[in-house]
Amino acid sequence: MNSRIGYVAFNTFREAVRDRVLYNLVAFAFLISAAAVLVGEVSIDIERLVVVNLGLTAVSLFGVVIAIFIGIGLVSKEIEKKTLYTVLSRPVRRWEFVVGKFVGLTGTLVVNTFLMAIGVLLALLYVAHRFEQADVWVLVALYFIVLQFLIVCALALVFSSFSTPLMSAVFTFALFVIGSLADDLRGFARITQGLPGVVATVIAYLVPNFSAFNIITQAAHGDPVPGRLILYNTIYALLYSAMAISGAVLIFQRRNLK
Amino acid sequence: MAAIEILNLEKTYHVGFWRKRPKRALRPLNLSIQEGEVFGFLGPNGAGKTTTLKLLMGLVSPTAGSARILGMDLDDARVKAQIGFLPEQPYFYDYLTAQELLVYYAQLSGVPAKERGKRVAAILERFGLADAAQIQLRKFSKGMLQRVGLAQAIFHDPKVVFLDEPMSGLDPMGRREVREMIQQMRGEGKTVFFSTHILSDAEALCDRVAIIYQGELRGVGSVAQLTSQTKRKVELIFCAASVPASLRALGVEARVSGDMVNAVIDEEQQDAALDILRREHLRLISLTPVRGSLEEYYVEKLKPRENGKGAGV
Repeated sequence: MNSRIGYVAFNTFREAVRDRVLYNLVAFAFLISAAAVLVGEVSIDIERLVVVNLGLTAVSLFGVVIAIFIGIGLVSKEIEKKTLYTVLSRPVRRWEFVVGKFVGLTGTLVVNTFLMAIGVLLALLYVAHRFEQADVWVLVALYFIVLQFLIVCALALVFSSFSTPLMSAVFTFALFVIGSLADDLRGFARITQGLPGVVATVIAYLVPNFSAFNIITQAAHGDPVPGRLILYNTIYALLYSAMAISGAVLIFQRRNLK
Repeated sequence: MAAIEILNLEKTYHVGFWRKRPKRALRPLNLSIQEGEVFGFLGPNGAGKTTTLKLLMGLVSPTAGSARILGMDLDDARVKAQIGFLPEQPYFYDYLTAQELLVYYAQLSGVPAKERGKRVAAILERFGLADAAQIQLRKFSKGMLQRVGLAQAIFHDPKVVFLDEPMSGLDPMGRREVREMIQQMRGEGKTVFFSTHILSDAEALCDRVAIIYQGELRGVGSVAQLTSQTKRKVELIFCAASVPASLRALGVEARVSGDMVNAVIDEEQQDAALDILRREHLRLISLTPVRGSLEEYYVEKLKPRENGKGAGV
């Protein structure tokens, strides 16, 4: 990796780590995992199901909140506070800055997810007393959650490169909600005829398909996840993020830092 | 070789939400600054100083024109390694310590890893920040932040340094420190381009100054050259208990102290004033030309132009 991207990424990671709000969110996610244990205790025979469902949902939800919360300020905050001026007056290209920010934020989220995953796995161990072979699908579900974060980070960065933090948060969250319903949107597009059908199809395939990444229920039931889905989701997340980051770079490249 | 060469550089912003209208922030600007020169860029707030600096830093793109630094185009990657920049009222990553910030900038500037620690320690020492090296910047005072700002602008040993209002918001001690630092940079042979609206600083530090107003260059030259263009005056001191009425009729500013009169008159009225003194049998003590100040020149250049004409460069 280009060393300047690495330096920007490390600084982004360091900023996130030193932000106390982040710790509150991680602590809250841990609390949810602990609560899952309690709920699991009172759910006779379905403890595992409850713990995996609640735990992974907490990891996903809090991760998305963190991704949006940090992502929306990645570029706009630097412009607003003028910290960017002293960075871009050095031999740093704008695209390097944007990619560095993206890498730093995804790095932060991977570490966070790792910590929160430990909480979920401990809760699982507590209720089941041992790990089973089916628990490997919990790890796959966690991997999909991380892929989902890649896309959310990239989207937040796109909006952050031309909009205010508040509007960026609204846009990113709206896209996350729409993307989580992408399967329904595609179903709607299939049964709609004429121009509305074309518009619905374009929108359905343009928004990120987050529903494909949600295998929490499957993992909770211990159902296997096909290798093909893992491959497709990986390629989809990488391509979608790459396109979004390219968009962010294109916008940011032309932007006047007034 | 010119350290900075600006050729017809121009910037127009489009302002407004629905109906965007053009706003000229900088009219075609031509300037050439030589290596080793300390150059002052003067003008009131909103004159176009910061826009010019942002154009030179590549933070905004020009509407027309171009600029070269050390003979290289602004988009040449090598340029950025040779320049240092202190923005106006700088704000740095306040979650970092002074040392971490300088190491980060050293990394981005391409300072070799083995030299970073040594250079950062030396610059912290030079700017009197060694004791505060491990303190987060959010706990720094404005003066300390300005010192960090100057440190980050020069620690990688750039050939050309751009400072945007480096004295703004500083107390007299802070301003003095910045002045000394600029003088040190001159001693090291660096080219310094700094914007300011504090004329005494420019007068004390600059080899040459340019005056910009409403996005337009109104004058450029050495302080001596520019002040020589102001209306020449002479100071007359003569013995008298009061100012003669005929002299007052010339519209002179005069002050009586004891039996001496101190009067300042336009140079072209000098002969008429001396005739009056002769006629009134008053003894002349001295006649001294008064040097125009940069402030007078500045005020003159900032006057609105009549019929699109007036004070030219």
